[in-house]
Order: sequence, then structure tokens, then C-alpha cells
Amino acid sequence: MSTMNLVLHVWRQPAADKPGKFERYEVKGVSEHQSFLEMLDLLNERLVEGGVEPVAFDSDCREGICGTCGVVINGRPHGPQRATTTCQLHMRHFKDGDELTIEPWRAKAFPVIKDLVVDRGALDRIIQSGGYISIRAGSAPEANSVPVGKENADISMDAAACIGCGACVASCPNASAMLFTSAKVGHLNILPQGEVEAAQRVRSMVVQMEVEGFGHCTNHLECEAACPKQISTDFIAQMNRQLFGSMLGAKKPVSARRTGNDT
Amino acid sequence: MVLRSNAPSGPVETRWARHRFELKLVNPSNRRKYTVIVVGSGLAGGAAAATLGELGYNVRCFCYQDSPRRAHSIAAQGGINAAKNYQNDGDSVYRLFYDTVKGGDFRARESNVHRLAELSVNIIDQCVAQGVPFAREYGGLLANRSFGGAQVARTFYARGQTGQQLLLGAYQSLCAQIEAGTVKMFPRTEMLDLIVVDDVARGIVTRDMVTGKLEVHLADAVVLATGGYGNVFFLSTNAKGCNVTATWRAHRKGAFFANPCFTQIHPTCIPVSGDYQSKLTLMSESLRNDGRVWVPKNKKDCDKDPAKIPEGDRDYYLERIYPSFGNLVPRDIASRRAKDMCDKSMGVGPEVGGQRRGVYLDFQTAVGRLGESVVAERYGNLFEMYERITGENPYQVPMRIYPAVHYTMGGLWVDYNLMSTIKGLFVAGEANFSDHGANRLGASALMQGLADGYFVVPVTVADYLARAGQNKVTEEHPEVKKSLGDAESRVSQLLSINGKRSPDSFHRELGQLMWDNCGMARSKSGLEKNLQKIPEIREEFNANLKVVGSSDSLNQQLEKAGRVADFIELAELMCIDALHREESCGGHFRDEHQTEDGEAARDDANFQYVAAWQSAGTGSAPILHKEPLEFEYVHPTQRSYK
Repeated sequence: MSTMNLVLHVWRQPAADKPGKFERYEVKGVSEHQSFLEMLDLLNERLVEGGVEPVAFDSDCREGICGTCGVVINGRPHGPQRATTTCQLHMRHFKDGDELTIEPWRAKAFPVIKDLVVDRGALDRIIQSGGYISIRAGSAPEANSVPVGKENADISMDAAACIGCGACVASCPNASAMLFTSAKVGHLNILPQGEVEAAQRVRSMVVQMEVEGFGHCTNHLECEAACPKQISTDFIAQMNRQLFGSMLGAKKPVSARRTGNDT
Repeated sequence: MVLRSNAPSGPVETRWARHRFELKLVNPSNRRKYTVIVVGSGLAGGAAAATLGELGYNVRCFCYQDSPRRAHSIAAQGGINAAKNYQNDGDSVYRLFYDTVKGGDFRARESNVHRLAELSVNIIDQCVAQGVPFAREYGGLLANRSFGGAQVARTFYARGQTGQQLLLGAYQSLCAQIEAGTVKMFPRTEMLDLIVVDDVARGIVTRDMVTGKLEVHLADAVVLATGGYGNVFFLSTNAKGCNVTATWRAHRKGAFFANPCFTQIHPTCIPVSGDYQSKLTLMSESLRNDGRVWVPKNKKDCDKDPAKIPEGDRDYYLERIYPSFGNLVPRDIASRRAKDMCDKSMGVGPEVGGQRRGVYLDFQTAVGRLGESVVAERYGNLFEMYERITGENPYQVPMRIYPAVHYTMGGLWVDYNLMSTIKGLFVAGEANFSDHGANRLGASALMQGLADGYFVVPVTVADYLARAGQNKVTEEHPEVKKSLGDAESRVSQLLSINGKRSPDSFHRELGQLMWDNCGMARSKSGLEKNLQKIPEIREEFNANLKVVGSSDSLNQQLEKAGRVADFIELAELMCIDALHREESCGGHFRDEHQTEDGEAARDDANFQYVAAWQSAGTGSAPILHKEPLEFEYVHPTQRSYK
């Protein structure tokens, strides 16, 4: 089993309102079979041994589905491997002597909490503004009473695969959340169940996205490249069409509900 | 204390309907006067919080994750069972009930399991209405597959992401209620204690994981939906943050812990590759439909390139021992046989801790029979995942697999209303013990979480509130102040030890001990060894723990330390339970209790009961209470898969 020595430049920031800076660490004896986060675990164990506060970073399932983890590695959200979250990235993709810069997601709407941990509550508030189908438990009709064509069901599933990690925002020069928002619109609006609220949904969610301070989409398509679930930017185009359509048909204007940081 | 299950009697088919009618109701205009706390936002907690909000209660929902959408229910891959009988293959509510009682090796309550089977059909309706994109046939109707050895196709699925899609459905309903103002959400907040006044649950003490602030939240009822305790083994398929603190603290405050030794080991996980390993990854057990499990016949071949081991030198041991079920034997049997092979030094892959812990899962025959494209269509995403983690291509090199801890059937004891032995404290989902007995069948965990959350808790909590009335306890109450003070002193105690070892180092040591002696196979001597070693670990922890940083900001070491402290106590109870249960059943296998063929030997005469343990404090022997189990419909038989 081959091991490697690495030099890391890690963003350290004690709190949101305090300045941050890069710290240089050497990590020796990293196995190629370790995941990237296990490499950071190793760094942290050694920092703790030396009485230094370890690097704070988010992770949970460590199997690429919960969307908790994510750091920018040498300028790329989730690192160099296509369609892979940070927790699923393994060290065999790096080599002995590599220098790595590790940063948090950077976006106005994602304030840093500590080191590599950011607050992504803005994404939750976008869903709260309309990313659901209003259905009370107990009032659902028999499941097979509403057929959904396989093609549409598959498209809906393609969009629903979004894990809400925020890599799309981190990769976008405008820090736009269009891919995230359009994935939820794309998941729900194509289904007959989601049709009743479709127009209202797309308007509310886009307005909320603006309120949260995310930027506009100018078609850089970096988001699709960074997305660990390879959500297609076609959903952005589709959402834009629905947005214009809903504006034309709107019976009343949509007003901003509230500003951020209110969960 | 006599444990009253409050399970209705009479015909099993009508028990839930009759019981529901007897439950008391809360007038719609009065509901907003009641506050209900829900801890956990997975399938059970998210669904319960959303539904209680829809009904008009004032709900406060807590999760340790940064968003309720990330609870570990999200990682379930395979599917969710429901007795819809859309395939017209003979399924029914009664058959699902029957399969689940039998699959649980006759250690679950019949009334609960039948209710679960009944509600399974409502769950699918609810999820489809929410927009869960289940797999569909070309005609637009819902598709099914068979799963986990069932003889009917009753499993609904959304690619390999069923848990994610069901959780997003519950999360979206929760978001709608947050927007409506009925639910207030507290992410990045963990529960440190349960507040109990005069034997009634009155609230919780929480820690804001960002600011470190400890807070009291009072309520009229508390629902714990905080998942299982598989992370006691350190390495498991659970998320890193999954912990036992909420249920353990409730246990310390008087809630009985039932069947803690019933844990499930999943046979098809990617093996441990080194000492740095932080978690294990499961691969769907559907792989066993076409993969063949083998190890070399000769020890000298164990480190050889598998392609160079001729057919005659391979031992397809599952096919050899179980000619009729072969590679498709149930989870517990497949797991135990893999361990046996590795214990006999026939394992493959790298040596970790002095042993090769892996067996081959080979697709060569399947590729030859079906062609690579068909195999890719069936398992392509799993093969990719395997290659991403191991760097090996399963089309060319056989996969290596090894069992891993996956689910815990044990949990807080609850009655038919899902209420614990503390009045006003309800427990839902994996956190309770109720529906799976000694072994859970595939695609049943999602079903139970959602049944509890959408359909059981909302009506049984209402009944409790209608009977108990509103909470009059204030933050000034001495018991409330004491709970807060105790939580504060536990936090400062962890920070003040100032020893030399990290929380993870203790967790790894504990996990290894539990895996070795309270894992897939248990023996009297091994369990007694653990019961001697665990208190030593606890003492060492209290004397030599090192937590860097402070308590007034995000401190992941401090979070870990608190969780490990509770895991150490739980581990002891698990071993006590495993030692007392002198039989083998489901996931609990005692070396001393096996048939001549090496299969689990159940002892119905002496152990047909739920073991519910009452806490007597750290280091004191817990008190055993028994809830006898009766089987009026599904009569206990010995499982056979030969």
C-alpha cells in the first residue's frame, strides 16, 4: 500500500465575524485508500495530540447522499473527480508531494460559521417558500389513481437527485442558486401532483433566491460541472420558461416574504 | 412495575381501527395551545413534525444536522414495502404482517406489526401525492420489485435513492409547515437531556451547536425520533453524527430500554481497508441476486490474484451449505458465514488488525450468462460506487465484501401508542424497539419510520394531550433548573479532564471491543470480558480525555466526547442484555445456542419476551422487566433455509 506526504493550506476562521486566513499543515503517511475526509480526520487527530484546535468541517453520511460535506479543493468544489462528493473522493487521485488549498464554499448567502463550515440555511428557506406540494397526511388519493408517464417520472427523478450540498453555488462566479432552485422546480412541476401550484411555486422560489442574496445566472455552466449528482442545466432553462409563463399568467404580484437568517 | 403494552385484543385485523376510535381527540381550535417537541427530522421525526403541524399543534422540531433534509434516513437505498398487491401476486396486509413477524424471529408484538402492515398502503398514497418520484412502468403506474427474500414483489423504490426521496417528501411537508408557522425548526441543535417532572416528560435541554448555548424547551409532549445506536461499534453504515444521547438520556431519566442486544449486521458492505477507516459503506443486497460468494479452499491462495485461482480451488460456501437458498440466504446467516470463513483464516483482501476480513462476491458467471451490458444495467451504479471507494473494477476483479453493523432493532420500550415508560414521552422510528423483533426485513425500516410519523404518533399524542391537559411547569421549577445545571456540568466536566486521548480514540477502542464480543456472534466468556473492560474504558475516559477548544462555539470534539460518554454506558447495557438472553434469535447469535448445523437455536419456552431494562445509574446493575409476547396468529417455527 503506497502512502503520500501532502502540504495543505487550510482556511481557518474562528467565527463568522472574525477574520480568517490560510494555515499551512504537513500531513505525512496518507494512504491512497483513505477518503479525503479521512485524510482531514488524520490531520485533526494530530492537531489534537499537539493541543491545537482541529479544523472544523461538516460531514455526516460519508457515502455521498446527505449533502452535508463539501469543501473547495484547489479551486474546485468537491475536488477534481467528476460526479463525486468530497466524502467519496479518495486519496488515490492525489500524489506524493501535492500541495492542496482547502477552502469553504464562498458565497454571500453562505456565511462562514467556522473554518470550512458554512451556513446553508438559505437553501432551506428557498424550499420553504414553495418547494413542496401542499398535501395533508391522510388526504392522499389512491396512489395508482394518477398515472405518470415513465418519461416524465424519470425526468422528475433526475431533478430530485439533488442533494442540496451547495456546490453549484460555490462554483458559480455569481454565486447563483439557479441549479438548486431549478432542480426542485423541475422535480415537482412536471408531475401532475405538482401542477396546481406550479406557477406560484416557481415565482416564490425565484423571489426567495433573490432575497437571500444569491446572484443571477449568466450561463457559465460551472454548476453542472461541479454538481456531484450531475443535475443538468436544462432544468435552469426549463425554469426560466416557466417563470416567464407564470409572470404572464399571474393574477397578483409576488412580494418578498422576508429576509434571510430566519429559520 | 408491570409493563402494559396497551395493545388491543380481539381480531387482529380490526385492532387498530377500534383502538383509534377509542382514542381521545383534541378540538381543532384548542390544538395550537399545545406544544409538542419532536427531536429528529428523519422519516419518523420529519413526518411526525409535519403532520402535527398540519393538525394545528404548536411544534418545535430539533435536529443536529444543518438542515432537516440531511437526517440519515436519506441513505436508505433499496426501497419501501407496502401491501398494495399491485402485482396481483398474492400479497395482502396479512401476508406482510406474517412475513414481518416471522422475519423478526418471533420477538415482536403482533398488534404493532399488523398495524404497520395496514398503514403501509396509506404511506405509498401519501408519498406519491407529495411528489415522490417512485419508479414507474411504461403505462404510468407504479413499479415494484421483490426484495430481501420476499416471495412477492411489494417493494416500491426510487432508483437506488428511496430513502432520500421519501425523506425529501417528508422534508418538503415539514417546510410547508415551517412556512405556515406551525413548526419552528432548530437545526444544528442537539438534545442533551430530557426534563421529567413528577414522572411526566415536560421538555428537553438542548445545546446550540454553533453558539454553544444551553437552553430549556418546555412542552406538553415530547417525541423522540432520533434513530438507532449502531455507532456504538464506531464503524457502521450509520452517518458519523448518529448517536444515542437523546434516547440514552431519556433512559437515564426513567424510560426503559428494550432488547438493546438486537442489532442487525448487513452482509454486503465494502470491507475495512485500514486503521484510518471512519465509516463503512453498504451496497444493496440485491447484488446477491447475481453475484456468487466464495473464498479460496486453500489458505495459501488467500493473497493470490483471484483470477489465478482455478474453479476447483474455490469454495462457494453459501451454495455448498445452503443448496436451496444459496447466495440468497437471509442477512444474518450470510453475515455469520462470512465471519466464520474469515475467522478460519480463509478471508481475502488486505490484513487489517492481523486478519483478512473479506470474501469475494463474483460476477463472472453472471457476466457470462447475461452479458456485461445486462449486468451493468442492473448493478452499474453499485459497481461505480465500489470502484470509487476501492479503486478496483468489479467487472474484472471480484468484489470483496464483509458484514457491517447496519440497524438496531432494540430501542426505547414503547406501548401500542408508542409512549415510553415516561408519560408524555413518545418514541418513533428506529429509536423505539417495537416492530422488527430480533431481525428486520429489507425495505421495512422506511415503512416503520413513516407509519409512526404520519399515522400513529399524530393520533396517539392527541389522545395523551386530551387526557393530560396542558403543562403547568415553568422554567423556574427546581427539576427544570436541575436538568439544565446537570447538562452544563456534564459539558464542563468533559472540557476539564484535560488528559491525553481524543474522543475518537476511545470510540474506536469501544467499537472494536463491541464488534469482537457483542457483534455477529456472542459468547458468555466474550461478553463477560466486555463487562470487565467497558468500566475500565469509562474510567480511563473520565481520567484521560482531551477535548480541545471551548464550549461557547462550534466544537466538534466536544460534541463527539458527549456522545462517546453515552455510547460507553449503552455498550455495557447491550452486553448485559446479550449475556442474559441465553438463546439465539435473529441478529442475536450466542455461540452456546446453536443447532447441530450451526444455525440459531431459539428458546421460546424461556425467552419469548421483550427485555426492558430500567436504569439504576452509572455503574449499577440495571433492573430487568419482562413483557411476555403472545403469538395468536403467526405460530413460532424454526427458520430453515437449507
